[in-house]
Amino acid sequence: MELINKMLTGDKRACARLITQVENDQTQAENIIREIQQYANNAHVIGITGPPGAGKSTLTDKLVKSYLKDNKKVGIIAIDPTSPYSGGSILGDRIRMQDLALDPNVFIRSMGTRGYLGGLSKSTKNAVKILDAAGYDIIIIETVGVGQSEVDIVKTADTVLMVMVPGLGDDIQSIKAGIMEIGDIFVVNKSDLFGADRTATEINMMLDLNQNMERRPPVVMVTASKNEGIDKLSQEVKQHIQYLHESGKLEEQRKKNLKIEIVELIETELRKIIMTHASSDSKLDKEVNAVLNKEKNVYDVRDEFLETIGK
Amino acid sequence: MEKPIRVLIAKPGLDGHDRGAKLIARALRDAGMEVIYTGLRQTPEQIVAAAVQEDVDVVGMSILSGAHNHLFPKVVELLKEQGVNDVLIIGGGVIPDEDIPGLKEAGLAEIFTPGTTTTQMIEYIKNNLKR
Repeated sequence: MELINKMLTGDKRACARLITQVENDQTQAENIIREIQQYANNAHVIGITGPPGAGKSTLTDKLVKSYLKDNKKVGIIAIDPTSPYSGGSILGDRIRMQDLALDPNVFIRSMGTRGYLGGLSKSTKNAVKILDAAGYDIIIIETVGVGQSEVDIVKTADTVLMVMVPGLGDDIQSIKAGIMEIGDIFVVNKSDLFGADRTATEINMMLDLNQNMERRPPVVMVTASKNEGIDKLSQEVKQHIQYLHESGKLEEQRKKNLKIEIVELIETELRKIIMTHASSDSKLDKEVNAVLNKEKNVYDVRDEFLETIGK
Repeated sequence: MEKPIRVLIAKPGLDGHDRGAKLIARALRDAGMEVIYTGLRQTPEQIVAAAVQEDVDVVGMSILSGAHNHLFPKVVELLKEQGVNDVLIIGGGVIPDEDIPGLKEAGLAEIFTPGTTTTQMIEYIKNNLKR
């Protein structure tokens, strides 16, 4: 494909157009990914996640600048929520990254979640592959503002930065399951605010309770808006990358994630098959009535249904 | 799969009045569009870079500073330089009637002035997409 050739030579417009195509059209997406696979898998993928307003975009902006100093090419995918009502969205992450727009070594793309839960959009993974093939050394995914359980970023990123801010709750929040478990590096942003030390202490205490961790994630205090603590943070990211390579974890993690990706793809197709059967099968409607009238139970109906599909 | 219309809403130049731009962004969102809002004080170069990377269908610019005759055509020109010719470019703000023909000649598809309803604008965008 001509677009792919252009993208491989560094044409940003071609790169942008390809991302649109993988976002909008499943068949095109599959063709594109098939073609570019051989050029991808060179980049290191960093996920930046945290609650809304934690400063993810500002932090991304500052972190990217530290990579540019090292002559790296950086691709950014910034995700904001799509309205469940209108299907529209306001993608505003670029506001904090204005200086980066013109840098030849930076590519920023905003994406709406388009109904996908988990903190990313359905096409995020494929967009990463395109940026990877386009030669970006570092790819940063900025998730939507997350709550407690949007942990999909671990399935896509090599290094996850969990961005926290002071004042979001007591120490119980830090021992809950979910997002507090997925950070490779914890960042306390807005650390010039009252309560920042306490937030850091609570996260540290939570981390110290984990006995069987192979690597204890560091906690870094930063004030992204003032560019404070960013050097320390990029140092920690570098160390994590090194750790992943030296320990063999990188390959292990990527294998695991690929398997998840393939299983999810199979799942999607299976679901389609099931839905076709379920909607065309008037027998199922009868069974529903039977369950309603207490003549049958849901599990037997399931087993019978699966048996029909299996044939 | 649905293909939402992608719109870049940008504020070129130095005025800090972004209520109009935000209102438009919100209205387009409610009309089911993906709106990339880039914030205040954008140079034409920044707007064009964002339009290219975001692969938008529409670039909408809002100016209240009076610099529209300079900045709007500049964005059109830079987009052309990048080979972008399938994007609908529209402008809005406090723009004197006598400036509108010149702006249209420079490549702006339409200029929306105070009094335009958001519904009119949404209809215009939906009916005039270039791709």
